Amino acid sequence: MASADHHGPLSQFEIKTLLPIRLGEADISFTNSSLMMVIALVLIVLFLMLGVRRRALVPGRWQSIVELSYEFIVGLLRETVGADGRRYFPFVFTLFMFVLFGNMLGMIPYSFTFTSHIIVTFALAAVVFVGVTILGFVKHGFHFVTFFVPPGVSVALWPLLIPIEIISYLSRPISLSVRLFANMLAGHTLLKVFAGFVPALGAAGILPLAFVAALSGLELVIAFLQAYVFAILTCLYINDALHLH
Amino acid sequence: MPQLEQIDTYLSQVVWLVLTFGILYLVLWRSALPRISQILVTRQERIDGDLRKAAELKSEAETVLAAYEEATAKARAEAQAILRDSAERFAAEAAERNDALTAQLAEEAAAGEERIEAARVRAMADVESVAAELAGLAAERLTGTPADRAAAEIAVGQVMKERG
Repeated sequence: MASADHHGPLSQFEIKTLLPIRLGEADISFTNSSLMMVIALVLIVLFLMLGVRRRALVPGRWQSIVELSYEFIVGLLRETVGADGRRYFPFVFTLFMFVLFGNMLGMIPYSFTFTSHIIVTFALAAVVFVGVTILGFVKHGFHFVTFFVPPGVSVALWPLLIPIEIISYLSRPISLSVRLFANMLAGHTLLKVFAGFVPALGAAGILPLAFVAALSGLELVIAFLQAYVFAILTCLYINDALHLH
Repeated sequence: MPQLEQIDTYLSQVVWLVLTFGILYLVLWRSALPRISQILVTRQERIDGDLRKAAELKSEAETVLAAYEEATAKARAEAQAILRDSAERFAAEAAERNDALTAQLAEEAAAGEERIEAARVRAMADVESVAAELAGLAAERLTGTPADRAAAEIAVGQVMKERG
């Protein structure tokens, strides 16, 4: 399926340049993906800032949602990392909100899902991976490499297990990024495919339409769930780096 | 698949991701999250303060209640002491008066008895003289001669002695 196919189920993932920007040889054009990122940024800031603008002692609905999201991530960090995870709260919260809004905005018809691009999810996962690895070495120095030695295992098994541990560690950014990317890709593609059946089937198109409606609900759940998974895995990685085994 | 085909857009995507994510991180870290945190802390402090105040008021009320109970207990004890004292005083007074009255009554009774004895003695004496006179008159009627007054008196005295 080529990107030239403008009506296929995958055409929704196409990057379209809105404002060409070149920096020397590098193309850093403002695209539909960039636009959605900026919209997500603006919406998140507005959502949080306007939600707490009155600083009400007894919160209204909006402020309650803001506080709820705040305490949700605080609780997530406390449960997975503990008290010393508090320092990484701004990062995890930003990550969660950014992915959540990226996923949710993608549910609006004719919009674009920037989290459905492997390069974006991989870049996010890479930030987490590199950050957590640096954190581990800063916290424990060279001792951090003992993380790859499974505790309570005889030395004879080390040559087998240490490579497995290292591979599993290195595959973290891949699994983290592919999970989000693939979920978004599959969900949106499926929606588009079934939506395509609606006009094709005429009166019987009510069936795929009903399916699309139901699937949209499921996709909204997945949009939240994947943001949650991304955040909780980040918390777990931070915990590993801080506390080793 | 555009995700794997449009490799020439990777740089742009990453640049814009870093830009937007970075700005978002800075704004949230520096401004939004401290603001939310402050609201939550303020609320928690307010709740704690209210709870503390409620506890203080409660202990104050308990102190007042204890003082009240102590005061009532004291007043009750005082009242009972007063009651007991007055009862004792009244009893003593009554006994004293009773004694005085009894003594007076006994005195008066003794005096009365004395008077009665005197009257009786006097009456007995009168009876003797009247009896002697009657005996004299009766003897005069029977004999026709005036009786001897002295002899009649002796005879009466003798009879009265015999009869007790």
